[in-house]
Amino acid sequence: MTMPWFIRRILGIVPTLFLTWSIVFGVLQLIPGDPVMLALGGTPASDEVLDNERRRLGLDQPVYIQYLTFLKKMAVGDLGNGYSSKQPVSEMIAARMRPSLELALGGLLVGIVLGVALGIAAGLRPHGWIDTAMMSSALVGVSLPSFWIGMLLIYVFGLQLEWVPILGDGIDALILPSITIGLFLAGGLARLIRSALIETMTQDYIRTAHSKGLSAVRVVAKHAMRNAIIPPITLLGLQFAVLIGGAVVTERVFARAGLGSMLIDAVLTKDIPLVQGLVVYTTTAYIVINLLLELLYGIVDPRIRSRRA
Amino acid sequence: MTTAAPAAATTILPPRRLIARTLGAPGAVAGSIILAVLVFGAIFAPLLSPFDPNATRVCPRLAAPSFTHFFGCDLFGRDIFSRILYGARLSLAVGLLTVAISLVAGTIFGMVIAFLGGRVDRIGVRLLDVMLGFPAIVLAILIVAVLGVGAFNAALAVGISGIPRIARVIRSATLTLVGREFVESARAVGASQTRILRRHLLPNLLPIVIVLGSLDLGGAILSTATLSFLGLGAQPPTSEWGAMLSAGREFMRYAPWTMIFPGLALFLAVMSVNLVGDRLSHVLDPRASGHG
Amino acid sequence: MAEAPLLAVESLSVAMGVTPVLEDVSFRIAPGETLGLVGESGCGKSVTALSIMRLLPNPPGRIIGGRILFDGTDMLSLDIGALRAIRGDRIGMIFQEPMTSLNPVYTIGDQIGESLIFHRGMNGRTARSETAKLLDLVGIPAARNQLDRYPHELSGGQRQRVMIAIALACRPRLLIADEPTTALDVTVQAQILDLIGRLRHELGMAVLLITHDLGVVAEFCDRVAVMYAGRIVEEAPAAQLFKQPRHRYTEALLHTMPAANPPGRKLPSISGTVPAPADRGEGCIFAPRCGFAIPRCANELPPLTEPPHRLRCWNPA
Ligand SMILES: Nc1ncnc2c1ncn2[C@@H]1O[C@H](COP(=O)(O)OP(=O)(O)O)[C@@H](O)[C@H]1O
Ligand SMILES: [Mg+2]
Repeated sequence: MTMPWFIRRILGIVPTLFLTWSIVFGVLQLIPGDPVMLALGGTPASDEVLDNERRRLGLDQPVYIQYLTFLKKMAVGDLGNGYSSKQPVSEMIAARMRPSLELALGGLLVGIVLGVALGIAAGLRPHGWIDTAMMSSALVGVSLPSFWIGMLLIYVFGLQLEWVPILGDGIDALILPSITIGLFLAGGLARLIRSALIETMTQDYIRTAHSKGLSAVRVVAKHAMRNAIIPPITLLGLQFAVLIGGAVVTERVFARAGLGSMLIDAVLTKDIPLVQGLVVYTTTAYIVINLLLELLYGIVDPRIRSRRA
Repeated sequence: MTTAAPAAATTILPPRRLIARTLGAPGAVAGSIILAVLVFGAIFAPLLSPFDPNATRVCPRLAAPSFTHFFGCDLFGRDIFSRILYGARLSLAVGLLTVAISLVAGTIFGMVIAFLGGRVDRIGVRLLDVMLGFPAIVLAILIVAVLGVGAFNAALAVGISGIPRIARVIRSATLTLVGREFVESARAVGASQTRILRRHLLPNLLPIVIVLGSLDLGGAILSTATLSFLGLGAQPPTSEWGAMLSAGREFMRYAPWTMIFPGLALFLAVMSVNLVGDRLSHVLDPRASGHG
Repeated sequence: MAEAPLLAVESLSVAMGVTPVLEDVSFRIAPGETLGLVGESGCGKSVTALSIMRLLPNPPGRIIGGRILFDGTDMLSLDIGALRAIRGDRIGMIFQEPMTSLNPVYTIGDQIGESLIFHRGMNGRTARSETAKLLDLVGIPAARNQLDRYPHELSGGQRQRVMIAIALACRPRLLIADEPTTALDVTVQAQILDLIGRLRHELGMAVLLITHDLGVVAEFCDRVAVMYAGRIVEEAPAAQLFKQPRHRYTEALLHTMPAANPPGRKLPSISGTVPAPADRGEGCIFAPRCGFAIPRCANELPPLTEPPHRLRCWNPA
């Protein structure tokens, strides 16, 4: 009896998670300096205090024991305590998740609306004016520093026109950062939708759909989109995964206290458990969302389901 | 049969023709001109800049652009134009360093695992896949956490985080080569493994390596500037565009030029490199020319 | 043909970009009649079929002249809404490529039921039971649980049966079948043709059967039109055309039929190739390949004569 395809896929991520966590652990082992000193924040301490602290953090054990302990803790979601706050890292992450999640959703919303509209417009009329404008500005788009765009948005709409607040927790303070993220997302998304749609619209089954008398909207929305949708969904999913780990740059530009700015602060203060916890969180989210995407492909495209079965 | 394995041909055009063909598109011409101006400014920064980039109080704090201070002044009364010129030096140098790190390490890694094949290849690919599972910026930040902040370390971090992408492409390109006749015959005549790698595989991979590098340079400049903007790269008072933008962010209400001009310089640099790189990769397109 | 025709194609001309691919194509189909359209690959059969439904890919395809009257209305002047009301309802179409003509991500039940829901206003449940009946009709047994299968789970023959079910869902008055069996195994070909033949009588519909297989035409069609390089060169009742082909091209085509040749011998083929549109002279396009060409053939285009036996030839058999 073979396992259903989705169970196999779910089990398949275990080694990936394990390897990823191992790399995080290994890389952070390379940090020069005595972790105990870092944990104490550089305050001078007697050897006895240092030894106690070392024992408490398990740093007196050989590295491979530390490694195994690390893996065991990660597997149950125990990310340790931050050096500077002494709080559990998982709680610190949970407390800062909201601003990042809001921004991720806001950016995704702007990106999808803009990207889908442009991508469809360009894909249905290759070499039309929307397409030409889009394709010729693509290189310009990827060359724009997102933090500069963010600042220009603040300057124009926040400071000069005073249309939106530039700080705060309100939904209106989310507008400019969402646009900043959304613009960049939309560029990539529109190009993917465009090429997938151009490819799909020449397929024989599109002709069949027209021969049934269906409307152009229905042919595109039902028959073309579902076939063209996998690459754009992949892009969106992976971008979302990166964003829920914190839009590092945008959070900095708009002074939002999310996970991204927490990561930067953790690096600057050499708070190793916090860096480790945040990177583990981000990469795990990335892997899990990747998995969810694959499960979604199976729902969208029956051929994938049976190939994996 | 002679004992020498047939030399593998490469697709690299003579430089003059390469340049001529690269300039055969308006975007690339515009890119080249901007890039030439930037490179010129970077090289001759000491001669061209009207002020010492680090000298404070050469003008009133946050003074607006004027005929003496083209791009205005920053909080410490430093001349922004001069700082941008020196910033070009740093950005271009750091960009090249970054790409060199990714290319050298990525090419060696990809080439060797593909050439050795078998278990080495499987493990190598697995490792690459896992590394590619890290969002690029997170990987770079993680490496900075180890190395510590600074312009050089930021370049190193971005360079290292770019290795897996390069390695993956080079690996597949190598795989298509190792089965080819000239490699087989080199093996048959008993050439050593390093000799095959160096004399037969590497020259054939060169066009792809150049394409990858030219496509990566813009992104590398942008990423290192991003790290500096985040405070993880070049530190004050270094004249670096990302760091200047970060400082300019605080005062843009009163002195928008502190962020407009460094951002514009960064944007133009990245775009010009991308325009030229994009065109160059079309001209050299390894798939079209079969890299053989 | 005293009856008013169901379909009348009149002087249809089509270009692909700047290249003319159909020139002055005319034919009629009476209600319930089957017309065979034959000719070598590339002569414009599919373009003709797609033009009737206005499904030509545009760009590059453009209809540059002529009329297409279906039941008295000119398809070419209909607005898109009226055109869609005809597509799939009164004219059904099946294509040469069963493997790719079905949408891979929807069940066959969904794809067949779609036209019923759109044209007949059925709800999902009624459409489903009607779809099951249609599958029975086209010979896919155990229809109920087949409804939820996906195209990739079916063989080529089964997919073509599904295509037929889609085309026939609304009981059209005209079926356009563009080489419905070319991509299938020989044994399956016969089954599919049998099916179309049977349903044609059951539903009383007219058929435009496009093929390059003259054997199929002989067995199947009331009348036959022969196309060469974008033009109709001969058209006659099937029996007459096979007994007494008059155009030299038709004659040559008949010689290439397996039935016309002793078994085991290699089939003859017509020598030479169809000239590219740019290389076509003033006269009969077949003249360069024709063994019976007279001087006039190269200089002057022969006109198409009147029914019942239409012919475009200066020196007929
Ligand atoms: N989409 C297209 N683009 C350009 N030319 C086409 C296209 N479809 C058909 N043609 C050209 O039109 C002519 C007729 O093709 P077609 O009707 O498909 O022939 P067939 O008789 O084999 O069905 C051919 O010369 C073909 O090259
Ligand atoms: Mg055809």
